[in-house]
Amino acid sequence: MATISMTVNGKAVKRAVPDNTLLSEFLREHLRLTGTHVGCDTSQCGACVVHVDGRAIKSCTALAASLDGATVTTIEGLANGDLHPMQKAFNDNHGLQCGFCTPGMIMSGVDMVARYKAEGRELTEAAIRHELEGNICRCTGYHNIVKSIQQAAAEM
Amino acid sequence: MYDVSYHRPASLADAKAMLASDDAKVLAGGQTLLPTMKQHLAAPSDLVDVRRIPGMSGVKVEGGKLVIGAATTHAEVAGNADVLKHVPSLACLAAGIGDPAVRHMGTIGGSIANNDPAADYPSAILALNATVVTDRREIAADDYFQGMFTTALEPGEIITAVKITPPKSGGYAKFPNPASRYAMVGVYVAQTGAGVRVAVTGAGQDGVFRHDGLEAALSARFAPEAVDGVSVSADGLLSDIHGDAAYRAHLVKVMAKRAVAAAA
Repeated sequence: MATISMTVNGKAVKRAVPDNTLLSEFLREHLRLTGTHVGCDTSQCGACVVHVDGRAIKSCTALAASLDGATVTTIEGLANGDLHPMQKAFNDNHGLQCGFCTPGMIMSGVDMVARYKAEGRELTEAAIRHELEGNICRCTGYHNIVKSIQQAAAEM
Repeated sequence: MYDVSYHRPASLADAKAMLASDDAKVLAGGQTLLPTMKQHLAAPSDLVDVRRIPGMSGVKVEGGKLVIGAATTHAEVAGNADVLKHVPSLACLAAGIGDPAVRHMGTIGGSIANNDPAADYPSAILALNATVVTDRREIAADDYFQGMFTTALEPGEIITAVKITPPKSGGYAKFPNPASRYAMVGVYVAQTGAGVRVAVTGAGQDGVFRHDGLEAALSARFAPEAVDGVSVSADGLLSDIHGDAAYRAHLVKVMAKRAVAAAA
């Protein structure tokens, strides 16, 4: 067992969990933050993307024990009273169909906008499509997802 | 995933002691090891996480050589000012591994310790004639890669860094599998002090390899057209549902041309 302390969505949490607990399991089963979805559980689909110390990672492919002391943001931690601009943009542009991949899409979207802004690079439509390489939507196309991220990028 | 004991050593000496058991494995980024453990294809008793050992991550320039800590992530290599200045082709390669979330976790040491036949980094290490630094010795790239998923590393040996002498120019081009994004063929070309070196990943049954014909042609003339006259044999290349050996042999030439055209 490992005793893990983290800051999750701004709150300090502490849990004793088995060493083989994945971050996705830690969030969903131990903290009951089920907004983080597990689609493929093989690091391909990106539904489980969360931010750890400000960087997007696939929570199904990280051990919770290895992230002791980390600051984690999940989809539940994004809105601050009002919806986050990325959430609002997905709503405005109907950037989803069934919604299963959406938490990961939004967390990846926020991460890419932040990185491009920090590096002073323009987040073009082509760049968004390339950046979404690790996020899979199986319902529909990616057009409205890309539009949503473009809108949010202009507002963030 | 089967039960496993997780350890986070504070020093290299502690890590070595923890790796004394045959069933213990180094955890460096986990982007291959953890999925493999979930599939029960690997079942180590202990995971020794080397990422927080001081000095294991980061990039520095020492004596004209680029020294990249083993626990440096792909995203860090891709964005590092020294890498971009001295070996831009390596930054470009790192920026194309997996996807952004994977690049935030995966590490250079993990990639070359695993030596996946479709991984990107082994081609760079081999073409750049890099040196793999471990807790006990330095290993030349030509001696390091010993076949698919096989390296010169001894049990318990820990990669601590990779040393690269900046080439005159280098370039990398890959044909990613449309679904997995792993290299079906990736070619790294480098104009080094020891001549032009060309390393091919993704294609070989025995993992990454150098190609004599391409090296000779590009040493004579470092231009994409120089690849035209080279014959690339399909013998020893992989055949699978994604492409047969002849297709991969053709791709080796196409990617070699693109790598030379992109060389910087």
